[in-house]
Amino acid sequence: MADAKRPPARIERPLSPHLQIYRPQLTSITSILTRITGNGVIVAVMLAVWWLLAAATSDSYFALANAVVTSWFGDLVFVASLWAVWYHFLAGLRHLYFDAGHGLEVATAEKLGWACIFGSVVLTVITILLVQ
Amino acid sequence: MRYLTARKRAEGRGAAGTGTEHHWAMTVSSVGLAFLLPVWLYIFGSALGSPREVVLETFARPFPAIVTALILVVGMRHFAMGATMMIEDYAKGTTRKMLIIGAVSLAWVIAATGLFALARIAL
Repeated sequence: MADAKRPPARIERPLSPHLQIYRPQLTSITSILTRITGNGVIVAVMLAVWWLLAAATSDSYFALANAVVTSWFGDLVFVASLWAVWYHFLAGLRHLYFDAGHGLEVATAEKLGWACIFGSVVLTVITILLVQ
Repeated sequence: MRYLTARKRAEGRGAAGTGTEHHWAMTVSSVGLAFLLPVWLYIFGSALGSPREVVLETFARPFPAIVTALILVVGMRHFAMGATMMIEDYAKGTTRKMLIIGAVSLAWVIAATGLFALARIAL
């Protein structure tokens, strides 16, 4: 059995498609958005905690923090983060549903993806109206 | 003779080096946050932009204070673990270790700062 001792010939296997040439799909976009939104929300959390610390500290410190969070910059950060956290919320629920073994057919997964996108916008608008 | 069982030899040899603890911890914290987040967004959103007296009065009440404390602890742990997962996917070696340490530290600093502010307001 000389054949068995010979090292196996190197097999040229295809490489998996690289990210840059992979056609974007709704499922992949909604998946990466989950990660981006989840991590991006930390900016608003830092701003919110700083604002709370300022409120706990003094009138003058609160005046500064309040001016920042109510400026156009603060509005931009909080509105963007509100959408991001609602998106992350819906995408997370979708993951729990996937984990339970449901909704993994392509058509259903894509419907759930659209639900996350539109649902997050709707929830953002509702929240802004509620806390006005 | 091999004393280790096949199972013992296989344990910890997966891609993550651990089992499903990370995934399960994220699952548990995500369910907790799913209940906390809508409530907290309403509390925080209503207080944001209010005068200082209103903000102090809001977070001095037990319910807003407890929900905010839970959001800080559960949320920052969820963030630390999620950020770790992201860093592990894109960085390696020393860079990976330093980024993970940085992300976990940031999460604890935010949680501690928020809890300190809450304690000062509520107690």
